[in-house]
Amino acid sequence: MELDPLLLSRIQFAFVVSFHAIFPVFTIGLASFIAFLEALLYRTGNPVYEELSRFWTKVFAVVFGMGVVSGIVMSFQFGTNWSVFSYAAANYLGPVLSYEVVTAFFLEAVFLGVLLFGRDKVPPGAHLFSALMVAIGTFISSFWILSANSWMQTPAGAELQDGIFQITSWGEAIFNPSFWPRFFHMGLASFLTGGFVVVGVSAWFLLRGKARESSRKALRMTIALLAVIAPAQLVVGDIHGLNTFEHQPEKVAAMEGTWETQEGAPLLLFAIPSQEEERNRFEFGIPKAASLILTHELDGEVPGLKEWAPEDRPHVATVFWSFRVMVLIGLVMIGVAFWGAWLTWRGRIEDSSRFLRFATWMIPTPFIAVLAGWFVTEVGRQPWLVHGIMRLEEGLTPSLTGGMALFSLIGFILVYTVVFVAGAYYLIRVIKSGPERLTRADEAEGRAKRPLSAVDTPIEASDADLPEEK
Amino acid sequence: METIDLTLIWIVIIAIGVFMYVLMDGFDLGVGILFPFAPRDHDRDVMMNSVAPVWDGNETWLILGGAGLLAAFPLVYTVFLPALYIGVFLLLAGLIFRGVAFEFRFKANRSRRLWDHAFNIGSTVAAFAQGAVVGAYIQGFETEGFNYVGGPLDWLTPFTVMTGLGVVAGYALLGSTWLILKSSGDTQKWAYRITPWLIAAVVGFFVLVSIWTPLAESRVLNRWLENAEILWIFPVLTVICLWWLWQGVRSEREGVPFVATMALFGLFYVGLLISMWPYAVPPEHTFWDAASAPEAQLFLLLGFLFVIPIVLGYTAWTYWVFRGKVDDETGYGH
Ligand code: HDD
Ligand code: HEM
Ligand code: HEM
Repeated sequence: MELDPLLLSRIQFAFVVSFHAIFPVFTIGLASFIAFLEALLYRTGNPVYEELSRFWTKVFAVVFGMGVVSGIVMSFQFGTNWSVFSYAAANYLGPVLSYEVVTAFFLEAVFLGVLLFGRDKVPPGAHLFSALMVAIGTFISSFWILSANSWMQTPAGAELQDGIFQITSWGEAIFNPSFWPRFFHMGLASFLTGGFVVVGVSAWFLLRGKARESSRKALRMTIALLAVIAPAQLVVGDIHGLNTFEHQPEKVAAMEGTWETQEGAPLLLFAIPSQEEERNRFEFGIPKAASLILTHELDGEVPGLKEWAPEDRPHVATVFWSFRVMVLIGLVMIGVAFWGAWLTWRGRIEDSSRFLRFATWMIPTPFIAVLAGWFVTEVGRQPWLVHGIMRLEEGLTPSLTGGMALFSLIGFILVYTVVFVAGAYYLIRVIKSGPERLTRADEAEGRAKRPLSAVDTPIEASDADLPEEK
Repeated sequence: METIDLTLIWIVIIAIGVFMYVLMDGFDLGVGILFPFAPRDHDRDVMMNSVAPVWDGNETWLILGGAGLLAAFPLVYTVFLPALYIGVFLLLAGLIFRGVAFEFRFKANRSRRLWDHAFNIGSTVAAFAQGAVVGAYIQGFETEGFNYVGGPLDWLTPFTVMTGLGVVAGYALLGSTWLILKSSGDTQKWAYRITPWLIAAVVGFFVLVSIWTPLAESRVLNRWLENAEILWIFPVLTVICLWWLWQGVRSEREGVPFVATMALFGLFYVGLLISMWPYAVPPEHTFWDAASAPEAQLFLLLGFLFVIPIVLGYTAWTYWVFRGKVDDETGYGH
């Protein structure tokens, strides 16, 4: 069988970037939560905040570590597999990624050291400052990388001359047409991710009667936030979709699963799109609703996929279904957030074991929604690398053979599987050990960091030979 | 931009950036290379704690190197990475394992040994791959227009294996002198003991490379012969530096070995640049051929002039926060 380096590179890129993506979305949200806790601690001196902050910082450290190592891979992927594209787009991508490094990565990495290891070494104000810098760094980071990505979706401020993009306006390129909706949508997605994990884990503690006071506090704080941002995400998502409708209508056609251009297009709830037959094998939907959402008129015209040549269409089923998964999760999130807010208002949230159990089950959903969202965005951009200007096959590294691509793809799958399994295992252990034990251990510890006796509630028998925990 | 040569400024910036990376990640990779040779588990804890708060910041210089090259010298980025495809994969895999080992090792009990190995092997592979990149740079790349056209393993030659091992030895020396500075008691004694051996290894590799490179690449030989009246200074400075390093170890002056090793690296590095100048992608493309558009270089330069001093400032601050010896009171377990 002939190995196709293009296909393998696509799979590899999708795999490594999807792996990377799940960590930053979580850490962006969590970093802000930790900074908020540190600020409350600084103002009130209430030890509950310290307990929470210490616990979530431990979780943060593991996730952040995995985000960093997978991010380093990303910054070299462009050159190894897409060298022609990198060369062509270097005038834009190079400065933008460099700005990301100097304005965000250094900030995060350096202040993380102080956040993790400096609690007893710097004054409380400096510790709070470090937490803030890490949180701000994560946002600056997403600013630049989303600008880079949005530029590939909706290129602006640049001209292709002799195979190289020359920048005509930095402002237009950085703040390209799809940047702001994407930035806000992603920002809210990060808060939703961090929020639902915090809610889920706190609910899990409450169900087991652990760390009652701090978990109740965390739960209430976060539910209040979610009740605002979950609906906000629906609004921003709608704006994002309208923006896509304007700039990448074929992507929206794929999201909606419409093949024929029609007035009064239905909103399909279920369909089995077939790329070859250029139609849906089965469909079921709400009449005229798609036209209403996209054009704000019942009989507005929605272009169908047949407006584009077959080789210019994205893979419809992937885009169609990913979109539905994301939106469904978004709607469920709104429901859960309102339910929690209602229970909080009635003062019953920590006693409703049905809610607490449901909240625990919600933990994986934001990650699924985030990946589904990126699949809509990225698969919907195909076959373009830079939308409307540069096609996928034009960007591939010429010297790349199928064998090399297969080698690195298998390599990354193996490496990431090991890292992911181990990371998940240690995360679960950190979570199982819970926040209470930590503080008690810390009190017993005093300033000395590693008396073995500090571990008074062994989680596993073997935990006793664990001299220190982070 | 007729008056100022932006490309020249960028050569300086990238050169400094890469050197920062070599020094900073060099010592923490070095600690990883030495990891299994430490006599006791306690030494390993100290070793890891000595770099735990700073390794992430150190590694960020590598990302800056990558992104900076893409911005200022895209040709380097888009020829080196495809040409070194397999090597880059090994480098990344090494960095992944060693990076997560920091977090996982202290949370593990039964699997602790495993993460010790991951830390060690990851660091060693990453160091070796970086050395091989240097070797490959000296060797040059087969290009056509702006694309690499050679084979996947062209970079792997006896010469690059040797430069790879040379960098492993060099980083190990940085690591051991760092430990002399940061540790105390038995750990420090051990570091003092192994440092002379590492110095010997580094000198050995250095002599080998210095003889081999000019023989293999006549371009380099000519460079040194034609400018011999100025360049004699380099061997002399190197010998002085080595003597300083040796004295520092023998008289157990804690800070000197680390500083002297850094100076030694500086000399090697400048020597390499002199040998290769002005080629960014030898044997054909100079830095000026490899440069990006002046607008891109200028746009980034303006930001760098403003941001880099701030980055250096807070980086220095964290080194100051974590100054002094690592012992039972500091490090992991906060
Ligand atoms: C700066 C640019 C950038 C950013 C921020 C992202 N991507 Fe992307 N993505 C690309 C730049 C890119 C690319 C280089 O343009 C690829 C490689 C091949 C291609 O067609 O586009 C790509 C492809 C690609 C594919 C494969 C599509 C296909 O070949 O059919 C998937 C599934 C994703 N990405 C997913 C993601 C996820 C989950 C991201 C979240 C972090 C993400 N992308 C961020
Ligand atoms: C293909 C595109 C991407 C590249 C090349 C990339 C590159 C990197 C690199 C090199 C790091 C490590 C930085 C360090 O050492 O601290 C990193 C981490 C990070 N990235 Fe990405 N990244 C990409 C996509 C994204 C996206 C889409 C987001 C979010 C919107 C994001 C947000 C972050 C954040 C917040 C971190 C800090 C570490 C963490 O939180 O896990 N990145 N990325
Ligand atoms: C509630 C209803 C939602 C709507 C209407 C919506 C809408 C959209 C649309 C139209 C896109 C594709 C934009 C494009 O490619 O041009 C998108 C992408 C995306 N969505 Fe959603 N979304 C919703 C909920 C969510 C939720 C709950 C999450 C995660 C927690 C999420 C995460 C993402 C991500 C990560 C992307 C890819 C990045 C981007 O293009 O912004 N979305 N969304």
